[in-house]
Amino acid sequence: MDSIARQNFDVVVVGAGPAGMAAAARAGESGASVGLVDDNFNPGGQIWRAGIEGSNPQATEWIKRLQVAQVVKLCDVRIFHQPEAGVLLGEAKNEICELRYDKLILATGARERFLPFPGWTLPNVMGAGGLQAMVKSGLNIHGKRVIVAGTGPLLLAVAAYLRKHGAKIATLCEQTSWSSLARFGLGLTAYPSKMAEGLRLKKELADVPFASSSWPVAAHGKDVLEEVTISRGGKVETVACDYLACGFHLVPNTELAALVNCRIENDYVRVDDFQQTTVPEVFCAGEPTGIGGVELALIEGQIAGLAAGRRPAQARELFPMRRKLKKFAAALEDAFQLRSELRDLPSADTVVCRCEDVTYSRLRSYPDWRTAKLQTRCGMGSCQGRVCGPATRFLFKWKPDSVRPPIFPVRVEGLAMAVSPAEPKPQEIKGGYQ
Amino acid sequence: MNAAYDVAVVGAGIVGAACAYECARRGLKVIMVDRDNTGSGTTAAGMGHIVTMDDSEAQFALTRYSQRLWQELRPELPNDVEYEPCGTVWVAADDEEMQEVAHKSTYYGERGVTAHVLDEKQLRTLEPNLRSGMKGGLLVPEDGVLYPPCAARFFTESAQKLGAKTEFGVSVSQIGENRVALGDGSEIRARFVVNAAGTSAPDLTPGLAIKKRKGHLVITERYPGFVRHQLVELGYLKSAHSVTSDSVAFNVQPRRTGQLLIGSSRQYGAEHKEADHHMLVRMLQRAQEYMPALGQMLAVRVWTGFRAATPDKLPLIGPWPGDKSVWLAAGHEGLGITTSLGTARILVDQLTGAKPEIPIEPYLPSRSTQEHVHA
Amino acid sequence: MPSLVALTVNGVSVEVAPGTTVAVAAMQAGQACRISVTGTPRGPLCGMGICFECRMTINGISHCRTCQILCESGMEVTTMSINNG
Repeated sequence: MDSIARQNFDVVVVGAGPAGMAAAARAGESGASVGLVDDNFNPGGQIWRAGIEGSNPQATEWIKRLQVAQVVKLCDVRIFHQPEAGVLLGEAKNEICELRYDKLILATGARERFLPFPGWTLPNVMGAGGLQAMVKSGLNIHGKRVIVAGTGPLLLAVAAYLRKHGAKIATLCEQTSWSSLARFGLGLTAYPSKMAEGLRLKKELADVPFASSSWPVAAHGKDVLEEVTISRGGKVETVACDYLACGFHLVPNTELAALVNCRIENDYVRVDDFQQTTVPEVFCAGEPTGIGGVELALIEGQIAGLAAGRRPAQARELFPMRRKLKKFAAALEDAFQLRSELRDLPSADTVVCRCEDVTYSRLRSYPDWRTAKLQTRCGMGSCQGRVCGPATRFLFKWKPDSVRPPIFPVRVEGLAMAVSPAEPKPQEIKGGYQ
Repeated sequence: MNAAYDVAVVGAGIVGAACAYECARRGLKVIMVDRDNTGSGTTAAGMGHIVTMDDSEAQFALTRYSQRLWQELRPELPNDVEYEPCGTVWVAADDEEMQEVAHKSTYYGERGVTAHVLDEKQLRTLEPNLRSGMKGGLLVPEDGVLYPPCAARFFTESAQKLGAKTEFGVSVSQIGENRVALGDGSEIRARFVVNAAGTSAPDLTPGLAIKKRKGHLVITERYPGFVRHQLVELGYLKSAHSVTSDSVAFNVQPRRTGQLLIGSSRQYGAEHKEADHHMLVRMLQRAQEYMPALGQMLAVRVWTGFRAATPDKLPLIGPWPGDKSVWLAAGHEGLGITTSLGTARILVDQLTGAKPEIPIEPYLPSRSTQEHVHA
Repeated sequence: MPSLVALTVNGVSVEVAPGTTVAVAAMQAGQACRISVTGTPRGPLCGMGICFECRMTINGISHCRTCQILCESGMEVTTMSINNG
């Protein structure tokens, strides 16, 4: 039987990636009592995922700051509901966490966008970040042939990482055009560190065949991936491989923000200069406010943490850097637009909803997401539309439904937890948070 | 009179769709109107339990009649309607409820409904995941379950195949005097207008005593074989009876997918569609009392729905005294899925002057004219 | 040198470094994580706990998201099919 762990914080931060760690550290340094929640067993999120080999040095820095600021880390906790204002419920391995907060900072990050094509459900076809996560979690990729495909700067980072761990990158297929990439590359000159990183990656991947305007057409194999047919400059070619790491850029995780009634505009959480959402006690930082990478996430996280920690002057100091980095985010969005050819990739019997095995031909006859959902169960499965939602959005231009709890599947006994009556927080005053 | 249609059915939920299908089957020229798509309102939120209820003679007659019609229709139902004749097991937790079992058994037996009394051991054999200590139950094997949105779509498509027209995604501003006035200013003229708009029926026919009765449902991941029948606690009847207070009752359904559908709850006066955590807690704790292992199962979705409830717990099926052209097929509370077929038959019997197969007096809208407020 | 963690996946013995997830152990053992509702084998897709393709049964408990679960000594992991949940 689940027990319930009740905790009460000045500030709860959900998501321990760069934005969340920065927010939690700054809020804690401002004197607030802070709880940092994440559903992984270690902090770092996706981009700073700690591997078997250890943590990223930047991540390590921030973890130290979290310790000094006495931030309470709640790993392996998955937030599924906000039953009333100011109270979050999270599921841990053997218990339910009830977290009360005065201020909430959402740093829920992003996930990869997956687009269906024939054979994409074969084992060993994974996201680009997905395969990287597997290697960080112990997968031995040495000597394996990998095709990296899709779109976005993540592909380069993933290819470099995999290569460093012994993989043979057979080819890297970026769907965007060469001119788009060139424009983006030129734009990087405004960001010396990103430029340097870009050049470094280019050097590391010098011997990897790279194609723009290129995408996977089909994955083949009996029970597991064996080869991939790719389209390159109008020509089609089949390449043998062990893994296909394929992701089409990122989609913001805005479910929790929507659940707590933050306004979502153009798919992102609307925030003001202080990263405050339309719900006064809720802040949001990082990818859910706009896909912009690590540095922007760190700045936005700090601004949110300082704002929640009632240090607006210190927050303001970071505004100019944020302005600069947001331009990079805009350039990013612009460069990696999905091309219309990708809409034609699925064949009639290509599964689009992987949880319920609903095929493309079944779905295309419906006028909207909700009708399709009710009639076919597309989106009603375990992923709650996180995979098929963005896919059908792109394929059919369907708008998603409203978000309902639980925002992740949760044990029935967790959902059946009554909210405890509010109790005053322990009186210890931490250095100036009033 | 110069009307484009014989019948305009407003509301394409399972009741409206069944009525339209029945009209079309009898050669009537039908149009179906709905502000959304077929089966996307209350129908989509329902459990889909096909059940013979013994709450009153009138309720029994309509549910039994309808259940037989479902059985007749079964061979025609497409696969995605997922009709499963799994039967109902009414669960008795104590001696008092076992007495209720005996009464029910007699009642059904006298009326030709197969029912088997189960003792504690027999109940455990049929449903091993109920907690130990249950006194027994009643198995009603002719009951079943189905997936409502696809059933409504099947009725609509069947009606269309017989020539029915549909106007979906259009709002209706008014009905009456042989007209359905649409939100865009246009109108449809018909000899008869059927108000099958469920909880919105009073918006179109002012004075209807239909109130919203909110319910919650939870669906789990797939756990095939965990539950074999639709399980309902005998206390369900107390819950459905209560006209004023909020209540929950143990109600679990095995879906063909292997998912478990967990209900049920009833609230008056709650108009917002967001789930109420305190009701969810009560409902799920009740469910765990009956089936402890449910606690460890993963809940994937929670949703709410609004049943259309009348004061005497019987639907309104027949002519509306306030307007010669308006007919009602609304107010089915928690039995809309079951009684959609019976409703359609007796409604269209009345419309066409055919003899209904069951007495229609208990469902006539005119029975409530005492409550009808004169404008 | 930390000792390896030994577990079984569909009866196949696997030894992995500490810190390895069950999803990876399944991949290394050449076993599908789950069988989809129409009977096709599936493996991990997203690697971050949102796609649910990596679900397996661990020590009798079904629907475990293996990409977020670390291997423990003696774990008995089996492919989740639609028939055995």
